[in-house]
Amino acid sequence: MTAPAIELKGISKAFGPVQANKDISISVQPGTIHGIIGENGAGKSTLMSILYGFYKADAGEIFIKGKKTLIPDSQAAIAAGIGMVFQHFKLVENFTVLENIILGAEDGAMLSTSLSNARRELKHLAEEYGLNVDPDAVIENLSVGHQQRVEILKALYRKAEILILDEPTGVLTPAEADQLFRILDRLRAEGKTIILITHKLREIMEYTNTVSVMRRGQMTATVKTEETSPEHLAELMVGRKVLLRVDKAPAEPGATVLDIKGLRVVDDKGVERVKGIDLAVRAGEIVGIAGVAGNGQSELLEVLGGFAEGTGTILMNGSEIPLSGHGADGQTRRAVGISHVPEDRQREGLIMEFSAWENTVFGYHHAPEIQNGLLMDNKGIFAEAEAKMERFDVRPPDPKLAAKNFSGGNQQKIVLAREIERNPDLLLIGQPTRGVDIGAIEFIHQQIVNLRDQGKAILLVSVELDEIMSLSDRIVVMFDGHITGERDPGQTNEKELGLLMAGITDTSTVAGNGNTTPPEQEVHANG
Amino acid sequence: MDKMPKWADIVLIPLISLLLAAFFSALVILAIGENPIEALNLMIDGALMRSAGWGYTLYYATNFIFTGLAVSVAFHARLFNIGGEGQAMLGGLGVALVCLYIPWPHWSLSILGASVGAALFGALWALIPAYLQAKRGSHIVITTIMFNFIAAALLNYVLVEMLRPVGAMDPASAKFPDATHLPSFQDMFSTAETPLFRGAPANVTFFLSLAACLLVWVLIWKTRLGYEIRAFGQSETAAKYAGISPVRITVIAMLISGALAGMMSVNTTMGESERLILNSTEGAGFIGIAVALMGRNHPFGVLLAAVLFGFLYQGGAELALWTSIPRELIVVIQALVILFTGALDNMVRHPLEKLFIALRRRNA
Repeated sequence: MTAPAIELKGISKAFGPVQANKDISISVQPGTIHGIIGENGAGKSTLMSILYGFYKADAGEIFIKGKKTLIPDSQAAIAAGIGMVFQHFKLVENFTVLENIILGAEDGAMLSTSLSNARRELKHLAEEYGLNVDPDAVIENLSVGHQQRVEILKALYRKAEILILDEPTGVLTPAEADQLFRILDRLRAEGKTIILITHKLREIMEYTNTVSVMRRGQMTATVKTEETSPEHLAELMVGRKVLLRVDKAPAEPGATVLDIKGLRVVDDKGVERVKGIDLAVRAGEIVGIAGVAGNGQSELLEVLGGFAEGTGTILMNGSEIPLSGHGADGQTRRAVGISHVPEDRQREGLIMEFSAWENTVFGYHHAPEIQNGLLMDNKGIFAEAEAKMERFDVRPPDPKLAAKNFSGGNQQKIVLAREIERNPDLLLIGQPTRGVDIGAIEFIHQQIVNLRDQGKAILLVSVELDEIMSLSDRIVVMFDGHITGERDPGQTNEKELGLLMAGITDTSTVAGNGNTTPPEQEVHANG
Repeated sequence: MDKMPKWADIVLIPLISLLLAAFFSALVILAIGENPIEALNLMIDGALMRSAGWGYTLYYATNFIFTGLAVSVAFHARLFNIGGEGQAMLGGLGVALVCLYIPWPHWSLSILGASVGAALFGALWALIPAYLQAKRGSHIVITTIMFNFIAAALLNYVLVEMLRPVGAMDPASAKFPDATHLPSFQDMFSTAETPLFRGAPANVTFFLSLAACLLVWVLIWKTRLGYEIRAFGQSETAAKYAGISPVRITVIAMLISGALAGMMSVNTTMGESERLILNSTEGAGFIGIAVALMGRNHPFGVLLAAVLFGFLYQGGAELALWTSIPRELIVVIQALVILFTGALDNMVRHPLEKLFIALRRRNA
């Protein structure tokens, strides 16, 4: 056996009292894809940051090709042949591909030689790995999939032998994800070593050679992928058996609660993001909007929630609600029975510096029952917050703790508790389980289904296709601001939805009548 | 989990910063050939050891409490109000108009009237930058700074051309009527046997500033408006989601801020000079920024920081009087205090946080 491409021995790292990584050892053979999976906050990102020189480990050693290596900063990581593709790309938006690639790796003070060298090298890389990108294209004009390729090219240009990808498919369409994995396959065949961090069990099962599971800062297992199953991995991640499918009875839709007609939304930059959609949501059903991020779903939710303006007509329980100007705000929306779990709980749904109890009335702070004369009834709010946190199993159950100190899943539970317990007629819910651990996903999905069973209308937006498929009673697909199709979740499959998400409305070739994907493929876990 | 106990954050960090500032001030004093220990003794003796010293210290502190609170309230909405100086000047105009043109029967009524006048004028002076920020996106730091200059010029014009009594040579208004004379500490606490606060300008406005501290505390932490101001200050996107209008909060927070800054003039114009003069604010509007910074935008912190800066002001005056240390050096010392307590906060904070984490781990 050759020396491992990369080997970690006893890596530990603490942030204050939190032990983010504890005695972690892994060894990855060259020419393989190694998956790392774990819940949010399990320590995956910390570990990779140590590998890339962003953090210094408190203890432990790193060996590259059998040689002990110190990585004090990212320069050292690059020198050691490690390349990193971050979840959020680190590209200069208004530079060309070529300029981005040489950024920080210029050959000299004058750019022209670097650029021509890079152009040559890029051509060579494109041929070798099928990484085709126009070197003169400006980044902001490229699709997300191509931007990601530029990141990979950046790493390869710096002679990376070990490529770390952090949640690479989170922003890709299913087709783009397929292309990515084809490229990764080529790279593996050429002897590169790839570390894939993901929360999607399916990707792990399909593409990796070996997989490590992290839980609470520790490496709980490293197994050969062919010798494991999604259920087993999920159990290793959470530490207990997990219900991977949503348990729900068929919907019994009632009267129309929300009726959208000809909605258009133009964003701050003057770009039309929602291009005239019609959509109705009835009481007692969950309508799921599928689509790759950035195709108008967010804007739709924002207009419904009252914090963006649009044109068209929206009827709520039969009466029109204002879409711009006076009355087009969150307070008015809440008054007509619309609750909203926003897509970005950290920037929108919560005030991170506020304590949990203060957050439990955020947006409803005008409610008469929490006023005490001129003041707010802080004692009452606190007591109610305690009860809410108990009911929604928020951990730790300490209302005084600032929202930023809760994990993603528990932050989401605080938002859900606030919005669901207002007993709305319509619940808008965006990315309910983004960054939420498996254990909490189960709970959150159950809460959403319970609300539906109480006869409430629910509009769900998620980029997780599995989530859309398992929660929705009807699926609506959005692409480029249009609705490209509506499907019954029982009558469709991922391929068909994937085509609709890419704007291809002719899906006759893949249309399925029933669930063509095996049950274990519905497994998903956010990490 | 917080990185260190609250008491360390609130007490220990400012204290260490202060000691560092004192140390470097001592070096500066040494460098110009004076004895720092003696200088400190002189400052303490002059500002804190005699009732008259306290009378001056608390007089200055009153100004700083108002301007410090003004900066704090705006800052809770993440608005950096640099215009306290101008708002205080205009507040002075409000005080003068109220005192000169309304016949007051008694000081207790006139102080209320003057407060309203000061708050109103200060608030109006803050309204224009607030509106420009909220509706037009003009940065409030720039506009409030510009408005300081406009205020100074405006005040100059009004004093010279309008309020100056016929025949008077200096740009100042007529003296206010006697009924508007505010009781000084000397009036209130001195007896024939034990004279206290002799000649010191501290007056009843100090208690008004304490009340303002309490009111601001209630406003920020106990009311719905305070909740909205803090929420907006922490995250504008989240505030929008919650249906909190950015325009409304920006304008209201700045109105309150301007009103507080303006009320400083009750202390100076009505309580001390008893007529409107040029430059009655003496830079207190800017000191308010440092006071708010050091007081962590908390009314109680502002109170303590204001007293500290009052001490520095009065102690500095003493130094200039008794030693060859120039008065400008006091500005250096104040600047060092601001530098260490405000700008270099993290320099003290980070090592201290590490220390507490290490301690906690050892105990764990």
